[in-house]
Amino acid sequence: MALYILKRLFLLIPLLLGITLITFTLTKALPGDPVQGMVGERASPEVIEAIRKQIGSDKSAIEQYAGYLGLLMKGEFGRSYYTGRKVSDDLASKFPNTMRLAFAAMLIAVPVGISLGFLSAWKRGTYLDGLISSASVIGISIPVFWSGLMLMLVVSFYLRLLPPSGTGGLRFLLLPAITLSLPAIATIARVTRTAVMDILDMPFLQTVRAKGVTTKRLALVHVMRNALIPIVTVIGLDFGSYLNGAVLTETIFGWDGIGRMAMEGIIKRDYPVVMGTILIGTAVFVLVNLIVDVSYKYLDPRVRLYAEKG
Amino acid sequence: MPKRGKAALIVIAALCLLAVLAPMILPYAPDRIDLDSLKNAPGLKHPFGTDQKGRDVMVRVLAGGRISLGVALVSAVIAMGAGLLVGLLSGYYGGRLDTALMAAVDLVLSFPSLLLAIGISILLPPGIYTVMIAIASVGWASFARLIRGYVLSLKESPFVDAARAVGCGNARIIFRHLMPQCLPLSLVMLGLKTGGYIITEASLSFLGLGAQPPVASWGSMISAGRSYILSAPWMVLAPGIAIAVAALSFNILGDALSERYGMKGGL
Repeated sequence: MALYILKRLFLLIPLLLGITLITFTLTKALPGDPVQGMVGERASPEVIEAIRKQIGSDKSAIEQYAGYLGLLMKGEFGRSYYTGRKVSDDLASKFPNTMRLAFAAMLIAVPVGISLGFLSAWKRGTYLDGLISSASVIGISIPVFWSGLMLMLVVSFYLRLLPPSGTGGLRFLLLPAITLSLPAIATIARVTRTAVMDILDMPFLQTVRAKGVTTKRLALVHVMRNALIPIVTVIGLDFGSYLNGAVLTETIFGWDGIGRMAMEGIIKRDYPVVMGTILIGTAVFVLVNLIVDVSYKYLDPRVRLYAEKG
Repeated sequence: MPKRGKAALIVIAALCLLAVLAPMILPYAPDRIDLDSLKNAPGLKHPFGTDQKGRDVMVRVLAGGRISLGVALVSAVIAMGAGLLVGLLSGYYGGRLDTALMAAVDLVLSFPSLLLAIGISILLPPGIYTVMIAIASVGWASFARLIRGYVLSLKESPFVDAARAVGCGNARIIFRHLMPQCLPLSLVMLGLKTGGYIITEASLSFLGLGAQPPVASWGSMISAGRSYILSAPWMVLAPGIAIAVAALSFNILGDALSERYGMKGGL
């Protein structure tokens, strides 16, 4: 087990290297000069030259990349071209905010999504099933930036219940978290419904019923436990969509996380910021997928992690 | 196909027809500025109201559909074509080529998709072609993975042996014998994915990376309306509903298709 996790963590290194290479090439290929953007059009050539030296953009691309990797080894991401602050410091202060938002959204989405999906499958073919199924297709068809704006309009401006934007406690967290959870609820409900229906069709349930197990126990212990694997997979895979959604919801609600940081970096062509945020986002995504794979082992003892990956 | 699938197909056809005909049926140009009717509420003259420059929101939603639907569909077709090609080559030849191509697929899929699309779209000047390239360069990977798996099982079929026995070359087997077999599956995937691409297009435009003003697209209309959400909420409402209806129709169609062809929903 430990060996498998170590192996997977080891495989993370070439992946992250690949990502640094891609993002680095992308930022180098970008039209427009970051230095021009920093100083404006009227700056003297001497000033521009001095800044180039300072941020190292006068060196060759390979030297720059090597320098960047050297920084990464030390756990640094360089300094923002604009604020001059260390990107690692900004990431450290904003990353917890994004994680708080993502986990709050998950905390809403997982129980609500699983309950709705389960209910839908249990009452298969009824009016309720139709209603939940339709709602979940609608849920994945609405862009989060729009549902976010609509929630903000109704809850913050018309009803004046919660602040429209800002970073802080539960009052600020609630709206972006609900926004981010909506498509996740829909996705989880859809997968739960399919997974539970597959289990409900299985003959072993007849045996379970025949030996006199109560319906409640049957539902929770025998059906849910077996349906969990696909559900957990989707919850894990969907983590990427929380990160995607975070860029949009953080921008709308002024939530001070790495999604908004990435967006601002992109608009200002602040390369160290862009690379830092994308690296962190991807690393988190990959780690979550690893956790999902490992959790299979506990959910289904038949899964053999080593043999399969051989 | 279930009834709702057919209904979705009709809605999609209607939306596409409206988008194609938009320039002919619109009473005036989508960027016609009317300073006498700024931010008018929906009414008889302007069913969806007007925006901060007095432009008719309904006209702009119709014109924007042309951009939004067009971009999403073209990106989907490019993604399908590229994914089909990679999947066919990867599955058919196997070996090192397969390893390399699938490593690329894994790399693309290991990024959160919108972040990658944003990353790609900042490479090029903002605009609709950039959005198409961004969506397609993220989207091909899931097509490639699906088609590769299918080709792996397909290439063991007797008809492939038969084709080889009568002297077909690799290229002929891939493009004349295997590819037509993969098309239905690719089209189901296309149906499933297009809804998501509509939302990605809208997201990129919303972030200012897509269609540039004064051209209307649904995402950029919402982005523009954001500043006036209190005084003119219809500026955000109408394009948002348009996105939802379009994405919903494609998602229902995709579900219906995958049910019909025995693929599990969601993928």
